[in-house]
Amino acid sequence: MVQYRESVLDASFAALSDATRRGVLEQLGRADASITVLAEKFHMTLTGMKKHVGVLEQAGLVTTEKVGRVRTCKLGLRGLEKEVAWLENYRQLWAARFHELDKLVEELKKEEKTHGQKKK
Amino acid sequence: MDKRKNSEIIPTTYPTTVERKSERELVVTRTFNGPAHIVFSAWTKPELLKRWWLPKSCGASFVSCEADVRTGGTYRFVFSHPSSEQPMSFFGRYVEVTPPSRLVWTNDEGEEGGAVTTVTFEERGGETLVVMHDLYPSQKALDDAIASGSTSGSGEQFEQLDQLLVSLEAGVGRS
Repeated sequence: MVQYRESVLDASFAALSDATRRGVLEQLGRADASITVLAEKFHMTLTGMKKHVGVLEQAGLVTTEKVGRVRTCKLGLRGLEKEVAWLENYRQLWAARFHELDKLVEELKKEEKTHGQKKK
Repeated sequence: MDKRKNSEIIPTTYPTTVERKSERELVVTRTFNGPAHIVFSAWTKPELLKRWWLPKSCGASFVSCEADVRTGGTYRFVFSHPSSEQPMSFFGRYVEVTPPSRLVWTNDEGEEGGAVTTVTFEERGGETLVVMHDLYPSQKALDDAIASGSTSGSGEQFEQLDQLLVSLEAGVGRS
């Protein structure tokens, strides 16, 4: 887990190590923007901007959504925070299931005691 | 009711832990107060599995629960939930069935490759440690599952499972 967290942080730091990408984050902090608008603002080709946005997206710093032919970028929930919330939800699902399973195990144990004496 | 030792009357509740072990792996652990062969049968006999897989608090119920639990056998669980008109199907294949210690199945309901689930049952002094390990085909597959709020399925199924999780959470909060 520690190793995994570090790799998520590495992705964030790598994403932030580039001046253009920091600029893109700053820009998205003011308003959502399409890749085309970002490319124009930073005097880049669409392909170049797509690459930068891809790196930010991988690090969970930016999310994008395509509506029609336009891909809009916005600041993302930090990857780790979202993940922690999801893991807690998932844990609660299993805790509730296992609570029921506890009861079933108790019941089966009693049944086995009553009926299964001859079994080893 | 006759009075027996407390340990027989009050079941011990152990904590459930969930950990993302790596980019592609999710691990759930829990100890049960019973021998492995009993816990294993609760995971592998459909009529027993039905009794705990959908706790009342989640509001969903089984439409059907079919599982041919042997290596190479298949399963299909169909749930209904008041908030969804369409029932939800979860299905896959048992890759390994080794009573009472190991169970491996695939999760095939998603459009892209789903996780492979390995459950091990380790008995220690009358208790059983259950470790459930989900291995996703790629980091993206697990990231996507997390991003969509689901653990399996896709598209509409994601939303349905979302609702299921939300109502489950509310139910857990009440009790």
